[in-house]
Amino acid sequence: MSGVVPRIRLRGLCKRFGDKQVLDGVDLDVMAGTSMVVIGGSGSGKSVLLKCILGLLEPDAGTIEIDGRNLLTLPQRERETLRQRIGMLFQNGALFDSLPVWENVAFGLLAQRRLTRRTARAAAGDYLAQVGLAESVGLLSPAELSGGMQKRVALARAIAAQPDVLFFDEPTTGLDPIMGAIIDGLIVDCVKRLGSTALAITHDMASARRIGDVAAMLHHGRIAWSGPAEQLMTSGNQVVDQFTHGRREGPIQMELRR
Amino acid sequence: MTSLLDFLAAIGRGAIGACRVAGAVALFAVEGLSHLIRPPFYWRLFGGAFVEIGYFSLPVVALTAIFTGMVLALQSYTGFARFSAEGAVANVVVLSVTRELGPVLAGLMVAGRIGAAMAAEIGTMRVTDQIDALNTLSTNPMKYLVAPRLAAGIIALPLLVVVADILGVLGGFIVSTLKLGFNVASYLQNTLDFMQTMDVVSGLVKAAVFGFVIALMGCYQGYNSRGGAQGVGAATTAAVVSASILILALDYVLTEMFFAR
Repeated sequence: MSGVVPRIRLRGLCKRFGDKQVLDGVDLDVMAGTSMVVIGGSGSGKSVLLKCILGLLEPDAGTIEIDGRNLLTLPQRERETLRQRIGMLFQNGALFDSLPVWENVAFGLLAQRRLTRRTARAAAGDYLAQVGLAESVGLLSPAELSGGMQKRVALARAIAAQPDVLFFDEPTTGLDPIMGAIIDGLIVDCVKRLGSTALAITHDMASARRIGDVAAMLHHGRIAWSGPAEQLMTSGNQVVDQFTHGRREGPIQMELRR
Repeated sequence: MTSLLDFLAAIGRGAIGACRVAGAVALFAVEGLSHLIRPPFYWRLFGGAFVEIGYFSLPVVALTAIFTGMVLALQSYTGFARFSAEGAVANVVVLSVTRELGPVLAGLMVAGRIGAAMAAEIGTMRVTDQIDALNTLSTNPMKYLVAPRLAAGIIALPLLVVVADILGVLGGFIVSTLKLGFNVASYLQNTLDFMQTMDVVSGLVKAAVFGFVIALMGCYQGYNSRGGAQGVGAATTAAVVSASILILALDYVLTEMFFAR
């Protein structure tokens, strides 16, 4: 295993906002073809971690490697090319409300000049079908969709460019348990179909177990635990146990009282 | 002594903050302009912004211009009558409208209508992660959101000012001929005699600069908005206020450049 280069490798990643040290030396490896779930409480820096990898935030220190190449030291053009291999499902969907659904789905394909508008429209119908939506939905505006449908459209948009790496930011937030399970199922299907590497952040334990092959717990700006996702409930780690079982007493609670 | 130092420190902090904002706006403007000459170009977005700024602002600019021209004729007439110089009304109307009132009033009207809309739209995109989503979809937000609006502002406002100039002069003509008893032919002759190319051109150059400033401040404030609905509201207000002040300040600078001896 030691000779294998991880698809994503983070070392000593730090990010501070004012007095708050959000990330304080995050080390994380995500192997190609696996689904990693990062869990952690609200405000623990999960979204910041994703945004640093995506280049939406500049880390203060550390390295971010994709297939062994440090994103932070690459020339701008190469960095952009590498990041084109990443798809992202945002927490609230982040659909472009000025565009119809089909154009949202095909946005990346049109931006990369891979398709004409006519063929992109047909391709969008295919991707909508993959997330269980009818082609006619493509003509609607995002504001006309329910929360679950918006998540599906956002998932279709994320997979449309057939990325090597997929990021999911709280994919089930705001959804009822059944719709959450449906979205998780679609995520697993899409990741398997594309053969992608997935990195999801969530505080929904059911979702974490459904999506993840491996899991990691972010606490105090560092990875406090990592291991197989099925061991999340029986990790033996005090921080993870308190979080996964939702206990009031424990190290996380003690920190809040200080 | 301490209070004096506190007072000076507060002034210093304000000055540093103002310089920081000015620098940020300048860098934003340079980056936005640089995307006007670097492909890819988003023609559809430019077209949409152009129609929004140019076509949909026509009614408000037209009404403002025509009433301003009418008031100008009335006021000039009553003022000049004291010196028996009523004949200068046509000259004053055409000079004021083409040099100053056309571009400035059109600029202020468009700043209120378009600057606010741009800041609100881009600000909402910022707080709902749509701008981050653009980044993840191989699209530079400055190129996609800002550059087309800057180009549309620069091109649309001069065209609006052409309309404002015509309607402003028409407003003065209507009042002068129908109410004040001026002869139609001599009023038109006076207007044409005193209208100079430089007056019109300077007004159009001002309009292009104002169009740029309106789009720039709308985009800048929206792009940098933070904190949900309240942040978007603050960005909208800041876009209109900053664009309006800049229009008036730049109007003086440009007038100085064109006409100062």
